[in-house]
Amino acid sequence: MTTATVSRWDRFRESFFWYSFKRDKVAIVSFAVLLLMVLAAVFAPLLAPADPYDLAQINIMNSELPPVGMSGADPAFPLGTDAQGRDLLSTILYGTRVSLMIGFGAVVLQAFLGILFGLLAGYLGGKVDAVLMRIADVQLSFSTLMVAIIVGAVFKASFGNLMFGEIAIYMLIFIIGVAEWPQIARTVRASVLAEKKKEYVDAAKVMGFGTRRIMFRHILPNTLSPIFVIATVQIANAIISEAALSFLGLGMPETQPSLGSLIKSGFDYIQSGSWWITLIPGLVLVVLVLVINLLGDWLRDVMNPRLYKG
Amino acid sequence: MLAFLVQRISQAFLVMFVISVIAFAIQDGLGDPLQEMVGMSVSEEEREAIREELGLNDPMVVQYLRFAGNALQGDLGNSYFYSKPTLEVIAEHLPATLELVIGASLIIVFLSVPIGVYAAIRPQAWLSKFFMGVSTVGISIPVFLTAIVLIQLFSIGVTVNWFPSDTGWGQWLNDFFSTEGGLPSYGRGDELTHLFGTWESGFFTGAGLMHLVLPSVSLASIMLPLFIRLIRAEMMEVLQSDYVRYARAKGLSAGRINFLHALKNTMLPVITVGGVQIGIMVAYTILTETVFQWPGVGLMFLEAITRSDIPLIVAYLMVVGLIFVVTNTLVDLIYGLVNPTVKLTGKKA
Repeated sequence: MTTATVSRWDRFRESFFWYSFKRDKVAIVSFAVLLLMVLAAVFAPLLAPADPYDLAQINIMNSELPPVGMSGADPAFPLGTDAQGRDLLSTILYGTRVSLMIGFGAVVLQAFLGILFGLLAGYLGGKVDAVLMRIADVQLSFSTLMVAIIVGAVFKASFGNLMFGEIAIYMLIFIIGVAEWPQIARTVRASVLAEKKKEYVDAAKVMGFGTRRIMFRHILPNTLSPIFVIATVQIANAIISEAALSFLGLGMPETQPSLGSLIKSGFDYIQSGSWWITLIPGLVLVVLVLVINLLGDWLRDVMNPRLYKG
Repeated sequence: MLAFLVQRISQAFLVMFVISVIAFAIQDGLGDPLQEMVGMSVSEEEREAIREELGLNDPMVVQYLRFAGNALQGDLGNSYFYSKPTLEVIAEHLPATLELVIGASLIIVFLSVPIGVYAAIRPQAWLSKFFMGVSTVGISIPVFLTAIVLIQLFSIGVTVNWFPSDTGWGQWLNDFFSTEGGLPSYGRGDELTHLFGTWESGFFTGAGLMHLVLPSVSLASIMLPLFIRLIRAEMMEVLQSDYVRYARAKGLSAGRINFLHALKNTMLPVITVGGVQIGIMVAYTILTETVFQWPGVGLMFLEAITRSDIPLIVAYLMVVGLIFVVTNTLVDLIYGLVNPTVKLTGKKA
């Protein structure tokens, strides 16, 4: 058992992937920042000085305190407090957690739908392909954000405010996942079209394997690297979409804020000079999305077989 | 060509049909018109009678056909909140959104073409690298955040006192980095010029233009990086092509090659992609209009959601769907016209 893990680790250390990672400063810094943010978000309950979900810890007298370094700051609240008197640092840690959860969840759903439909369309071809790709085209031409806003609006109107707030995380994962599946389906379909002409597929067919087995056991593993690249970028997109929906009031409620709803709740107070409530979570959001996008760019350069072999 | 035309147009009708079915399903599933029309005191028999009279007990298909028939005649029902035909309400709000989109498009065109072309001609120059870096960061900033930062910087204003204010140069630097906070960030202002119909324009007064600045810059910020990258990529590809090399060999000046010959072929794909992107901008107008309380259709849609104004939501869906379908079809047709190598009937090879 140990020998297997050691050899796998060795193989990883010998790989082109690790080699190019070591030489790319942007990739290293982005990965370090992302890792830090993910760890901070995962361990938010341990790290955060206060629990923003616990109403007993909130004192309205502490509202709109500025961050440390400005006059009137309280050292107990390093990044200041929001309009309800919640510690902004803790709220941001918990908010990053919610945003990341929705981002990952939505991409898992997208990947599931996208891989399934992309494989079906690419491998079966014909009518299945025509119908699925038409749906994808139309949905993409409407822009995924528009689809997400409309679906969110309809859900909110049919569930009512209170109910929607309670199940908001699952709703957002569903909305963003369904709105963005065509992006992954198109990528999968394109690589399936290239793969299915290769000899190993013919060989599998001659050996009498079923369609399902060829699709999922033989072709799918060979299309994973483009899926991996696009899924990374899609996490960034999902986090932005979630923030946009929450900003419009179609997302996370203020009692259980994501980065987007923090920005929204702070925006109401920006005219009174409390810029930190909205701009600090905004900065966190931009850094999070930026490092994921930079990693996505790097992954595309490394995993693009055309560049690699050529 | 005719086959292509027929195929695209019939596809447009199919998409519009699907949109109308979705809109009908939303109307049917969410709204109970009875609740809006009669109070609590009306008895169950009377309700049943009204229901029968309105045709709410008819089969689904009959109800849908009635809905579609009315929609074709320009009747999408009355808004609960405004108590007016929904299409009238949309027509009142549409000019504001259109002016916002026009303002943003102008900014995009006048900035993205020179920057994209420059970055393609001199890919190694530090200025090109700077622009490409900024556009990578720009893609990662959500449009509402750009808007908020712009409001903080130019509407509320920032006072800088990092430099010693007792010296002349320190004071000058402080003043230079401070912003007055002069640009309006709320609505369209009240100096609007009436053009025709419901069109009130902010393009002709100083105050109207000032109100346009921050919202259109915000809206442009989301598309600008995409266009810069697109123009740069297309231009670089064109510069590699044979005819450009031939023009160089012939001894034509760099300016003539770049701007007369190369740019012309760069703009073709850019215009078609741009047409689709401008349709996509509609989604971003919702965000921009919310931040700036800009009285366009995006803000109206969002208010309709909070007020549960179902007919207005449905009408917005139909109108926006129509705008998307028409722009996409037009872009496809234009592309087919100017680029004959497009597979006309769309047959898969």
